Amino acid sequence: MKRYLWTIGFGVALFGLTCLLPSFQNYQLATVAAYLCATAGLTVLTGQCGQLSLGHGALMATGAYTVALMQSAFENLPLSLVAGVLVTVLAGAVIGVAAARLRGPYLAGVTLAVAVVVPGIATMFHDVLGGDQGLTFYLAPPPFGYDFPFERWQAWIALTAALLTMLLLGNLAASRYGRAFRAVRDDEIAAQLSGIHVARTQVLAFVVSAAGAGLGGGVLAVLALSVSPGAFSLTLSLFLVMAIVVGGLGSLAGAVWGAFLLVALPDLTARVTEVVPLSPALAQRLEGNLPLAVFGITLVVVMLAAPGGIQGLISSALTAKRGR
Amino acid sequence: MLRGIGVRFGGLIALEDVSLTVPPRRIVGVIGPNGAGKTTVFNVICGFVAPHTGTLTLDGAPLRPKPHRLARRGIARTLQGVGLFAGLTLVENVMAGATASARAGFVSALLALPRSTREEARLREDAVRQLDALGIGKHADALPATLPYAIQKKAGLARALAARPRLLLLDEPAGGLGADEIDELAVLIRELPETAGTAVLLVEHHMDLVMSVCDEIVVLDFGRVVATGTPDQVRGDPAVAAAYLGTDAIPDSRPVAGDVTR
Repeated sequence: MKRYLWTIGFGVALFGLTCLLPSFQNYQLATVAAYLCATAGLTVLTGQCGQLSLGHGALMATGAYTVALMQSAFENLPLSLVAGVLVTVLAGAVIGVAAARLRGPYLAGVTLAVAVVVPGIATMFHDVLGGDQGLTFYLAPPPFGYDFPFERWQAWIALTAALLTMLLLGNLAASRYGRAFRAVRDDEIAAQLSGIHVARTQVLAFVVSAAGAGLGGGVLAVLALSVSPGAFSLTLSLFLVMAIVVGGLGSLAGAVWGAFLLVALPDLTARVTEVVPLSPALAQRLEGNLPLAVFGITLVVVMLAAPGGIQGLISSALTAKRGR
Repeated sequence: MLRGIGVRFGGLIALEDVSLTVPPRRIVGVIGPNGAGKTTVFNVICGFVAPHTGTLTLDGAPLRPKPHRLARRGIARTLQGVGLFAGLTLVENVMAGATASARAGFVSALLALPRSTREEARLREDAVRQLDALGIGKHADALPATLPYAIQKKAGLARALAARPRLLLLDEPAGGLGADEIDELAVLIRELPETAGTAVLLVEHHMDLVMSVCDEIVVLDFGRVVATGTPDQVRGDPAVAAAYLGTDAIPDSRPVAGDVTR
């Protein structure tokens, strides 16, 4: 109940915020919200249930392409997003069943293969999926008249999706299912002896996190009004894992920090390359790679200095303050 | 009840024709030198190891154990060492132990419907009561690693009891405890049939504990039952002395067949 009230409160505040922000910031906020659906799902899987997935970018692609195809066919956004989630859940269940038999590096290997293969599918079936060009689609204008800024409308869609994701995953983490996730992560044998079906629990975690990734990918498509394989490369999958680790593995609040970083870091590095006088060729080369490098370095630093991530730092600071 | 259980790991015979019965609300101890097959007995009952020969029965019905279904059939087990979930608080550990009694479905958990939240509240209440009963209720919200070993051991016991077992398997409950703590544990185990309504099957090295709490003792050596009886009968049995002290030059470097689950 408390979580419902918090969600409504946050929702009101964020929707209000979108009325103050200029278009571009609204668009960025919407992107954060879209990423949050995916990072929140991934942190449940990796942080709470202990299964590493390097393939969540591909699951986002699944959601995004489904939304694009559904939008082109029916132009019904809620229907498209639900379909995106369902198709991704299906894909996640298949990978999850395989994943439940695998541990550690083998699991990483299989999910990595998914991340590499899925963008290739779009190229292979280019008649339906548009190849490297991808698909573009149409989104009905906001129902509040043509004066209503389109970016604000997109932000509302994305924020609704993110708030819903956070609410449901928060509920789940506090329930017996969340407890089973963490029990399986900590000790599979003790979990079995406590009456927990380990494989079923792991598949459930995969399905839940796939739903988040599918919704996130679908919303990302709605923001860009297009999908293409390039947007869901292996790099995205790695970025997602880095984001939840830097944000604070296993905590939904950490997933929020991670989603912010996913939008903020590329923006920040772009500004740095603008300010620092560089030759155009070098600047162009840095543009794509610098965020990755910065993220990688941040990850190493966080792992060494604060293994709990940003959220870990914040909660220990809060505990220390309360202790005084 | 186990009858004629045989287990082989490759060419190594871990258990051969082992039979034992745990009557309701009785305490049975399994003792024997390292590698005698004590933990393998537990692993057979829990379904971690499939016996090559023999049958298991529970209340007269055949038992084909699967680890995650044991709790539902009324069998709970503590693990050697501690085996607590490190990322869960004590009360959450005990709540996890009661998983078999949880009914709330996925949708009600996802939406935090009253059905799910009420059940969570009930599980938490039961778990706190369980911790209180063992005198460690004040640590309910602490993580295991922050607590002394003896308290972690008790929490492991609380988690097993949360499943409301009719048969409780205790795997070296005294391991790593001090003398006073073992005395306290002996009283606790002795009372379990009364307080928790469960039978106990106990694997333990600490001989004083076994002798003082058990109604019956089964002695294993090289995977065979060499003696069965009350503590007094077993104490006087020459075969037991032979197993422990070795009357006919037993090599020290015997292969360790047990302890496979940890």
